[in-house]
Amino acid sequence: MEVDKQIRPARNVAGAAPSGAGGEDAPAASRGAMSPIEFRLDPGSGVPTYLQLVQQVEHALRLGYLKPGDQLPKVRDVVASLAINPNTVLKAYRELETKGLAAGRPGQGTFIQATLNHVALPELTELRRSLLGWLATADATGLDEDGMVALFTSALRGFRERRGAASGDSESVA
Amino acid sequence: MNVIEAIGLGKRYGSTWALRGCALAIPAGHVAALVGPNGAGKTTLLNLAVGLTAPTEGMVTVFDGWPAGSPAALDGIAFVAQDAPLYRNLSVADMLHLTRNLNRRFDQGYAEARLGQLGIPMGRRAGNLSGGQQAQLALTLALARRPRLLVLDEPMAMLDPLARHDFMAAVMAAVADGGVSVVLSSHVLAELERVADYLVLITSGSVQVAGEVDDLLACHRVLTGPAAEAGSYAQRLDVVNARRGGAQVHLLVRTNGRSGSAPPGWEEHPVSLEELALAYLREPGAAALPGPSRARAVEPAEVTNWQR
Repeated sequence: MEVDKQIRPARNVAGAAPSGAGGEDAPAASRGAMSPIEFRLDPGSGVPTYLQLVQQVEHALRLGYLKPGDQLPKVRDVVASLAINPNTVLKAYRELETKGLAAGRPGQGTFIQATLNHVALPELTELRRSLLGWLATADATGLDEDGMVALFTSALRGFRERRGAASGDSESVA
Repeated sequence: MNVIEAIGLGKRYGSTWALRGCALAIPAGHVAALVGPNGAGKTTLLNLAVGLTAPTEGMVTVFDGWPAGSPAALDGIAFVAQDAPLYRNLSVADMLHLTRNLNRRFDQGYAEARLGQLGIPMGRRAGNLSGGQQAQLALTLALARRPRLLVLDEPMAMLDPLARHDFMAAVMAAVADGGVSVVLSSHVLAELERVADYLVLITSGSVQVAGEVDDLLACHRVLTGPAAEAGSYAQRLDVVNARRGGAQVHLLVRTNGRSGSAPPGWEEHPVSLEELALAYLREPGAAALPGPSRARAVEPAEVTNWQR
């Protein structure tokens, strides 16, 4: 699965016994606590670098690679492995703090504070079934896969903008 | 604080102006990319800033008011010229010895530790190191001087992709460690996208665009729509560059923060740094320059806040 390539599962998560192959992580671990995740960049995605980092943390939270209390990679380590501007990493971490997902601890680093809403399995199954129904209808209408993706993406964007506009209004009132 | 400030700066070689009427203020705490075509004046500007050459007219100062080339200026700047110049017949250890004796400040322990991490043997002649190792040695010598400003002229031109990555990672780690500002020149736009947070675009001897990358990207958009309508909208919109097909046109416009400036039926897209730079380089007449107030100081706290 593609996800496995994007985010390397942790071997040395605090509390977990290191597996037999854990030894190869020793150099990074010797610097201090090792983060459960490692960032990667997709140069062709067109997504700004800081946003890629934010999305990878959110992705890792959804998939359970990251839990509250886990440390995010140190700014210097991210910078040294990806060759990116430290401000970019700080911007990503600030964004995560603004979203309430992470919090900085002075002198220590940035730590996961909250988890993303997990939707329970029965609800997910139900959502998936209704989505499959929609896909079958779209297919019957003659829409191909790219057309479905385009329609879904466009509808999602419209939904997000409407919701964003609605919450923005209520904030300005308050 | 501005690490480099130029007013009416000009440099003439014979009858040719390499740089003319150059006004610039690069704030501290940034990784500033100096971008432009070959012969645009990048190297001339850097040589003037580090005091290797004297201006024909105007002036350039560093660290808020020190004339370029003055002892105080030289003390704070480390400069790595094109192709990482080293004494090829000297050993690595001798290069360290030489640099230590030619400078008021030199962190020998740091230099040795860094070369050790990189696996660069102290006894080897500089000329026998690989291109990547030579670049890393030059960078180590520069950083061991503990500069406030690191100036790199085309630092990666001769390096293979892995050596480029490692070199830039080392520069970025130094920035994260201790608030050194960086000004680097390059004509390879793609590799600057991730490292630079300040852009200076220089064409035919003068500064065309200058500003924080995030600000520049935020106030430019690409509008895509029917070519037939482009003419009428070009009146109202601040168009930097237009690329047309028979029916469709892409306009790179300056929105100055007004979003939703796309006419009905047009699509609005964000721009990448590379796209933005190319658009301006294609249109030497267009300019995006900050007003005098934009060259604002960065709080020292922001500069040193990278430790975490």
